[in-house]
Amino acid sequence: MLDYAVAESDMAEFWYIRPGYEHAVQKHFKNQQEPEVSLESLIREKDFNEAGKGSAEVKNLLKRLGVNPDILRRIAVAAYEAEINVAAHSLGGAMLSNIYPDRIHMVFLDNGPGIADIEQAMMPGFSTADEMVRELGFGAGLGLPNIKKNTDALHIVSEAGDSTMLEFLVFFNNNGQ
Amino acid sequence: MKLSDIVKILDAEVLTPEVNLDIEVPCAFASDLISDILMCTKEPTLLLTGLTNQQVIRLADMIDIIGIIFVRGKKPPAEVIEMAKERNLPLICTKNTMYRSSGLLYNAGLRSCRI
Repeated sequence: MLDYAVAESDMAEFWYIRPGYEHAVQKHFKNQQEPEVSLESLIREKDFNEAGKGSAEVKNLLKRLGVNPDILRRIAVAAYEAEINVAAHSLGGAMLSNIYPDRIHMVFLDNGPGIADIEQAMMPGFSTADEMVRELGFGAGLGLPNIKKNTDALHIVSEAGDSTMLEFLVFFNNNGQ
Repeated sequence: MKLSDIVKILDAEVLTPEVNLDIEVPCAFASDLISDILMCTKEPTLLLTGLTNQQVIRLADMIDIIGIIFVRGKKPPAEVIEMAKERNLPLICTKNTMYRSSGLLYNAGLRSCRI
């Protein structure tokens, strides 16, 4: 995880919690419960042949576990967008999926170079994607807004010139209970 | 409307002849932006696109895409066709533009997907 002690001035943080999920999200981070299943996969910089595989693996597992199709779609879209973000914008990183009986917690950690302005990055249409990434159909500036739209909690910590950590929670039922 | 009807309407070429085209298509969506496709596909949907890279097939792992029409004569590379065959995903190629293809299908009664 990130070392908060060395990141004071340039560290930026973003929190979003879907209204009504405050208690469930707080409980998740407070209890530090052991997940039932954990999956981890590497995401390589600009590897658009492999990017998306990790999210597909998570989706297939959740499908086998019987997660509701609409919730499954939300998790798949958020995971895929986050995985593509790491491949498109960072020097590479990893994704970790912790699955609990009632929820999934996914963490995407990269090796930099960090998001200069998270608020700006959250604006629909804002993108720093290069030409190669855009030619593949990415870079519409909708990745982070799309993740926010599909998750119950989204937390981003980034430091300009250093790594970014993005984590989200999605509950398997519609009230977070 | 069946996928086999769509092939006729668009005067299209089927790139995955081994995949069944006798499937009902309830609606369609057309875009070259992956985030838009992810955001708008909430039910089984036919996708019209000019994107021909591997990610367009990976999209079908995430959301319910029942077939892909490549517009304005674009053809994906062999490895992309191979990935589609592994997933039993029909790939179809038409010389029509995205606008014209969408118009032809809409006129024939194929509705837009719910967004």
